[in-house]
Amino acid sequence: MEPLLDFSVISDNFTYFMIGRFPHGPLGGVGLTLYLAVVSCILSFFGGLLLALLSISRFSIVRYPALAFINLVRGMPLLMVIFWMYFLMPALLGKVAENTTVIMALTLFTSAYMSRIVIAGIEGIPKGQTEAAVSTGLTSWQVMLYIILPQGLRNMIPSFVNQFVSLIKDTSLAFIVGVSELTHVATQINNRTMAFPTEIFIFIAVVYFILCYAFTTLSRWLEGRLTWSKAM
Amino acid sequence: MITFSGVHKWFKSLHVLNDINLHVLPGEVLVVCGPSGSGKSTLIRTVNQLEPISSGTLIVDGKDLADKNTDINKLRAEVGFVFQQFNLYPHLSVISNITLAPIKIRSTPKAEAEEQAMQLLTRVGLAEKRDAYPLQLSGGQQQRVAIARALAMKPRIMLFDEPTSALDPEMIGEVLAVMKDLALTGMTMVVVTHEMGFAREVAHRVAFMAEGIILEEATPEEFFLRPQHPRAQQFLRQLLTPMQM
Repeated sequence: MEPLLDFSVISDNFTYFMIGRFPHGPLGGVGLTLYLAVVSCILSFFGGLLLALLSISRFSIVRYPALAFINLVRGMPLLMVIFWMYFLMPALLGKVAENTTVIMALTLFTSAYMSRIVIAGIEGIPKGQTEAAVSTGLTSWQVMLYIILPQGLRNMIPSFVNQFVSLIKDTSLAFIVGVSELTHVATQINNRTMAFPTEIFIFIAVVYFILCYAFTTLSRWLEGRLTWSKAM
Repeated sequence: MITFSGVHKWFKSLHVLNDINLHVLPGEVLVVCGPSGSGKSTLIRTVNQLEPISSGTLIVDGKDLADKNTDINKLRAEVGFVFQQFNLYPHLSVISNITLAPIKIRSTPKAEAEEQAMQLLTRVGLAEKRDAYPLQLSGGQQQRVAIARALAMKPRIMLFDEPTSALDPEMIGEVLAVMKDLALTGMTMVVVTHEMGFAREVAHRVAFMAEGIILEEATPEEFFLRPQHPRAQQFLRQLLTPMQM
């Protein structure tokens, strides 16, 4: 009797699943998934911070565009943002690599969500902190830099982690524009071998789970180390 | 040092400060007292512009707060403020709480700022807590650090907004002792407090407020022995015999 599942398709293509054709060709598979997620995460952290600071600015000329941008992006499906970037960027900038397009799309999308996290973190710091700081003569920028953000960012870590985990999973949408990350590699192998869709998609489900779970665990450990006082 | 002339403040339709005229001399300790909601905290918070005034003139250390050319950050650096809730920075050690402003604003070198901070900590009796974090300290200790933090900018005026109201009774004394020492050095101080013992002993003058109006201004002896205004008489009676309300 034939076994129900045959995972030899995984072991035969394991390297391809993990890194694509690298080092002889472009990076793909899990490697590319992580690359897209990490780069977009770093960029959208700064993007989110910038958008948040703009959207709480005293000057309405920067505040309103920032808020409009945040609300616009949050009201769109990610897939559509990816399409937009995919078709718009080449029109505006000439030829742009697909990886870059996807990173831009993920960054724009995630920045909008990150900014809400940052704003909530900033607003969560008691008003007395700002009052105490300005009373010693600090300017509002110094207060933000030395008092509010250091406290706020630590409080934001759990939400950032959520967002990054979403981001890891969101990279799978890049397959739609032909970027050979994990999901794309899986569909490729599936199309080539034809006979093992169940095995292949169970495997990548497990890989996504491990990536996300490992990251959540890592960040929980990090959070414990960053707590400035057990007394809180 | 501080001059209020015809100062009014409204929160929407609420008239919190009503025609305040008050003059605080250099080196003077003024205690402001009165029932809750009388505008005492608002009054003291206008001095360093934590609350802007609605009308009138307020001159602090020779500078008109309404004047566009007054650098409010610079002025605030000259005016120390001590809060009811201490408001220490929980993510910074005691010593960093104190040195932050001198280093960032006065560009004091770190070593020098820390040396000054240690002198201040010694003065408030907390030298051994230099590396502790605020939340590891008792309320009284936190408030003493907060006073040291305000003093680190070498202010010309110190404002205290109910500095002992959030403290357990046994910790009030240590904070008042620090404030009394400070008064003896000739610091100009405005203190909002319910500690009538402190007012009697340390204040040069007492101002009594109710419903946004300064009803009475007198020396402590005058105020406690012969209060003129019926509201002040009632207030003092209630403070002394709270059970008979």
